[in-house]
Amino acid sequence: MADTLTPVLTSDWGDERSWKLATYERNGGYGALRKALAMAPDDIIAAVKDSGLRGRGGAGFPTGMKWGFIPQDNPNPKYLVVNADESEPGTCKDIPLMMASPHTLVEGVIVSSFAIRANLAFIYIRGEVVHVVRRVQAAVAEAYAAGHLGQNIHGSGYDLDVVVHAGAGAYICGEETALLEGLEGRRGQPRLRPPFPAVAGLYASPTVINNVESIASVPSIIDKGADWFASMGTEKSKGFGIFSLSGHVANPGQYEAPLGITLRTLIELAGGVRHGHELKFWTPGGSSTPILTDEHLDVPLDFEAVGAAGSMLGTRALQIFDETTCVVRAVLRWTEFYKHESCGKCTPCREGTWWLVQTLTNLERGVGREEDLEILLDQCDNILGRSFCALADGATSPVSSSIQYFRDEYLQHLRTGGCPFDPVASTVFAGVTA
Amino acid sequence: MTQAPATGSTTDGGGLGDSTYDELRQIAARYPEARSGLLPMLHLVQSVEGRVTPEGIEACAAILDISAAEVSGVATFYTMYKRRPVGQYHVGVCTNTLCAVMGGDAIFERLKDHLDIGNDETTDDGSVTLEHVECNAACDYAPVMMVNWEFMDNMTPESATQLVDDLREGKEVRSTRGPRIATWREVERVLAGFPDDRVDEGPGAGPASLVGLDLARDRGWTAPDARASGAIGSTADTATESAEQADTGRAESETKQEEGHQGG
Repeated sequence: MADTLTPVLTSDWGDERSWKLATYERNGGYGALRKALAMAPDDIIAAVKDSGLRGRGGAGFPTGMKWGFIPQDNPNPKYLVVNADESEPGTCKDIPLMMASPHTLVEGVIVSSFAIRANLAFIYIRGEVVHVVRRVQAAVAEAYAAGHLGQNIHGSGYDLDVVVHAGAGAYICGEETALLEGLEGRRGQPRLRPPFPAVAGLYASPTVINNVESIASVPSIIDKGADWFASMGTEKSKGFGIFSLSGHVANPGQYEAPLGITLRTLIELAGGVRHGHELKFWTPGGSSTPILTDEHLDVPLDFEAVGAAGSMLGTRALQIFDETTCVVRAVLRWTEFYKHESCGKCTPCREGTWWLVQTLTNLERGVGREEDLEILLDQCDNILGRSFCALADGATSPVSSSIQYFRDEYLQHLRTGGCPFDPVASTVFAGVTA
Repeated sequence: MTQAPATGSTTDGGGLGDSTYDELRQIAARYPEARSGLLPMLHLVQSVEGRVTPEGIEACAAILDISAAEVSGVATFYTMYKRRPVGQYHVGVCTNTLCAVMGGDAIFERLKDHLDIGNDETTDDGSVTLEHVECNAACDYAPVMMVNWEFMDNMTPESATQLVDDLREGKEVRSTRGPRIATWREVERVLAGFPDDRVDEGPGAGPASLVGLDLARDRGWTAPDARASGAIGSTADTATESAEQADTGRAESETKQEEGHQGG
């Protein structure tokens, strides 16, 4: 049984000048690279498969299996693309990782590229985080200067170049095929699959797209072994992950733990729910994952158990809301976000999110009708599963789950002719300032 | 209220000199296919012109050998590209759900009132452009603001008004995570892939990023020892077996992939 918290990715974040190559190497960094370069690429893929690592960007697809789908007999170049477009509301793990320890990512990029036999890799970082972009740019430059990147890396005969690419503000580019469109200099609109990117991705060539945390986990697997990684976590959700607590807890922040930890434990570690208040609802993995309530405090936070509880593990973005928060206001705001970020390609999403906002706005203002709840659920039914990508599916999650758990709160808005909550009470400065 | 150009801005037309054209070509040359450079190229245009200008669009189109309409189609898709001049400081207030609930809505209202401008508008002196922004991946520091895409963590209406006053008075302002705030144009240049000299400013991590690590240290919690788990070098033995598992799992996994959601 592993310890309650298991800092691996986060272990160096507090070090003096943690982002520098010298600091990273002093802590054993780039040891996994030297080990990997002496391995057969297929053995690295096998190690990642054996570790049980599943994608940390939300979907939980087995990382090693994704790498194994790359057709090595395809004559086109192979590419690795890192999805560093962290934008899912509530998700805030990759950005601090890249700011504090960019070399963990860069080393992961080199090992992963070597495994899939890519000679060019891209790190696609959302543009709205300039200091993170700086840190990753500098880490890549340091890695080149140290011979970890470039031609004939450490005499292995292996060549790799890495391009750091800043996005320009579009949530949809977190969807992997939309990200590829952005990286090809186009509007970020998802592609119809198949073909999957493993076969025809960037420039219609075999491409692996992985989340930052997935790639950053690879060096530790190579360094310490697949069994070591798999000794943490649960049966089908192996290893550790960064759990991001935000909102109404005493000490919000990043907690790196084996998958399967519960929210009850995490809230205890975070000093409890905001003093004098109690948990009302929470998201397990960002706003696209159906909300849960205090009934679900003991659900193991792994892919299977959260799924069985009717939601998704997602990105472990645990947004905690106490009883001062109006769930209708929260859901309306998320829905406005999806409406704004819908790329417009698919009609159910482009039009559907628009209708959801209109219906929810009326309910929030207390001028709707009880039948509007059925209309909302019908709208969700007409959106879910009917678009190219999962943005539309995610847009329905907060709406349908909030009606499931808080139907009466919607009706209360109608009875009182408006929102019964005082928005000031939910702020961090409630009672401190006006 | 008005869309006055930022102080010291280049006027429309004639702003893109030879050196900018050279740099635009340099960006395109980073990629196997030049068009991949378009997003950073538009960032560079903004760093020179203060917005995406018609001339900037034409320049990108000429270099990439695509139509101006194609460039325009991209420039209008992404929210960081601005068609109207942006002030010296782009001040973003996160009003996505979590930050809004924690105080972002109150902060945004206070700033609109304090600056006497609305969303996506610039003060008359061209110093501050105010905009509400979506989740910026710093939820553990809510309510969050961004100034020229640098983090301003744990804000209140009071600290927010003080912040914009300091910016307008030309005082040196630092992100709560360390770096001095550059101008909006200078930041756009970094995003185009031309680093500045601020990378080593500030710590590795803000306090909230470290709470779990500090707690683990206090309690002596660590990841297991590699040797204790008997792990090293055991992977190759099971390669064949895992490949078989991968084959059988493929159909199911592709379904899961389709179900996968945003997370980036």
